[in-house]
Amino acid sequence: MSAVLITDGVSKRFGKVEALDGVGFSVDLAELFGVIGADGAGKSTLFRILATLLLPDAGRARVLGLDTVDSYRMIRTRIGYMPGRFSLYQDLTVEENLAFFATVYGTTIKENYELIRDMYVQLEPFRTRRAGQLSGGMKQKLALCCALVHRPELLLLDEPTTGVDAVSRLEFWQMLDRLRRLGITILVSTPYMDEASRCDRVAFMQEGRILAIDTPSGITGLFSKPLFAVRAAEKHHLVPVLRSYPHAASVYAFGSTVHYTDSRPSPDMGDVAAWLESNGIGGVGIERIKPGIEDTFMALMESMTSRREAADA
Amino acid sequence: MMQRFIGFVRKEFSHIVRDRRTAAILFGMPVLQLLLFGFAIKNEISEIRVGILDHSHDLVTQELTDKLLSSGTFVATATLSNEREAGEAFASGRVNEVVVFEPAFGDRLLRDGHAGLQLLTDGSDPNVSRIVAGYTTSVVREYLREKGLAASGIEAVPLMMFNPGLKSVYLFVPGLMAMILMLVSALMTSISITREKESGTMELLLVSSLRPVQIIIGKVVPYLVLAFVNVITVVALAFFVFGVPCRGSILLLFLESLLFILTALSLGLLISTITSSQQVAMMISLAGLLLPTVLLSGFIFPIASMPWPLQAISNLIPARWYLVIVRGVMLKGAGIAVLWKETLILVVMTALYLTFSVRKFSERLQ
Repeated sequence: MSAVLITDGVSKRFGKVEALDGVGFSVDLAELFGVIGADGAGKSTLFRILATLLLPDAGRARVLGLDTVDSYRMIRTRIGYMPGRFSLYQDLTVEENLAFFATVYGTTIKENYELIRDMYVQLEPFRTRRAGQLSGGMKQKLALCCALVHRPELLLLDEPTTGVDAVSRLEFWQMLDRLRRLGITILVSTPYMDEASRCDRVAFMQEGRILAIDTPSGITGLFSKPLFAVRAAEKHHLVPVLRSYPHAASVYAFGSTVHYTDSRPSPDMGDVAAWLESNGIGGVGIERIKPGIEDTFMALMESMTSRREAADA
Repeated sequence: MMQRFIGFVRKEFSHIVRDRRTAAILFGMPVLQLLLFGFAIKNEISEIRVGILDHSHDLVTQELTDKLLSSGTFVATATLSNEREAGEAFASGRVNEVVVFEPAFGDRLLRDGHAGLQLLTDGSDPNVSRIVAGYTTSVVREYLREKGLAASGIEAVPLMMFNPGLKSVYLFVPGLMAMILMLVSALMTSISITREKESGTMELLLVSSLRPVQIIIGKVVPYLVLAFVNVITVVALAFFVFGVPCRGSILLLFLESLLFILTALSLGLLISTITSSQQVAMMISLAGLLLPTVLLSGFIFPIASMPWPLQAISNLIPARWYLVIVRGVMLKGAGIAVLWKETLILVVMTALYLTFSVRKFSERLQ
């Protein structure tokens, strides 16, 4: 498979802030590649560099075989970019927005209707409504339509599902899946861990660096320690008490349970249960579970933070 | 390529029409301002309230007073018996002017050929004061001429060329045109471009591979058309409602106006390239362009009476040259042979601003 997108040592700083620090990865043809990271991890900066809107301070990026600095004009006509913020004309109607972006790219809605049909039928009832008055989910669908209307080879979607309801998010990802099968390469960023499993591969980003790149199942393999889900009748006391256990390595609340790792090579969970009960926590249940993507991300973040702290000291 | 451009321009027009408030300001403001300036703000004075302080009470002072009051402009609102009362009359606002005849006024005039007449005016409003004094002097002079008593051998008879009635609307129309065009062209373009930057749509426009020149022209054309509509409105209103003539070529007037619109548009572009927020763009446009256009262009205050640093600055203000052109064409009937220098200055300014903003227009985000 050929790489549609390659970055090598891409760095960018804004004043004192290192937004990107030596980012290198590649995305294959028709791959759905996810960039996962919290706000401020540098995702948007990365997307803007790939969309040729920003110049990297160091390193190179090639998109569709073209250099993002030298050949930016040629890249621009062949990619579809959806910025992190809703960036359509709020005072124009759904149809006017779409028609405008079609004409700007020298095409028409009709010409590429097939590509956007699935989403556009949902938007059709609101054709004459102004874009600013659409719901969050509808806005993002319209934005995706606008980014697709010129049949780009590569889609750069910066946090397309942020602030969108769960149903619309699901529909959005189904749409991305369909587009990938049509041969469109997609780079998508999200702060939601649960969306990572829908990607072919994901990259974890933190503080401008990529912590890990792998398939969703491969990435959970990076989690080496045994992981336990701890349950109790009274959950809000559980986290602090568990954290005070002398051998606790990590304690995170996860929905209705608390995910726990131990610092010993072979954890004695009977002792943990006894500690909890002696501290007045009743109804304790402990069970070994398989780590999820979020567990892995937390662990990676933690190890990077402690490594950095060690380096600073 | 043409298709893209038309699509872009259509989008800009939609923005303008969608925003009712902006549309109302753009089309209503010129009309409103012209009517306001034309009807409400006037320099000529229709009624002068005059107080008479006659120390002489003879035939001549009586005749002079009658002459004054029968001219139609002067209305006697107070008859005074001493100087102290004059001060009170001014303070209470009963009079704009007091005419004081010295004792034995008539005798002296007939015997010596001159007599003392004092005009007291309200200096707290210097403009009115000057006009009132002027009116009174001319009435007195006329009386003397009728009586064959003209003071000396030489008398200067002023005639106001091009605007014999000294109608202030003649003064306001050119200034108003400069102001409105500055507002519509520079302010609106700079706001509309910075709005795209603020809302993030500029990112999409840039990625869409539109060239900077295409984006700029697409932004400029709608406001060019709009501003030109305003020019026609103001000229038509001025002619039909206030009778302001266009003595020169109307074609030349329109062409020169187009040139000035371009100057203002390029200034608006320049502003939008150096700022990325609508608010800053508005502040710069209002304080940096509109204020000088009103104050330093010669619209309200004559340039010749400014201190030299301000005179120097006024040379940099496009409206100063446009005003000369409009007054020349509309009121004096001047042609391009006379106004080529001002035209050239505007052309050079426009070219400079345009080149600079196209160069400065970034194809990337900063």
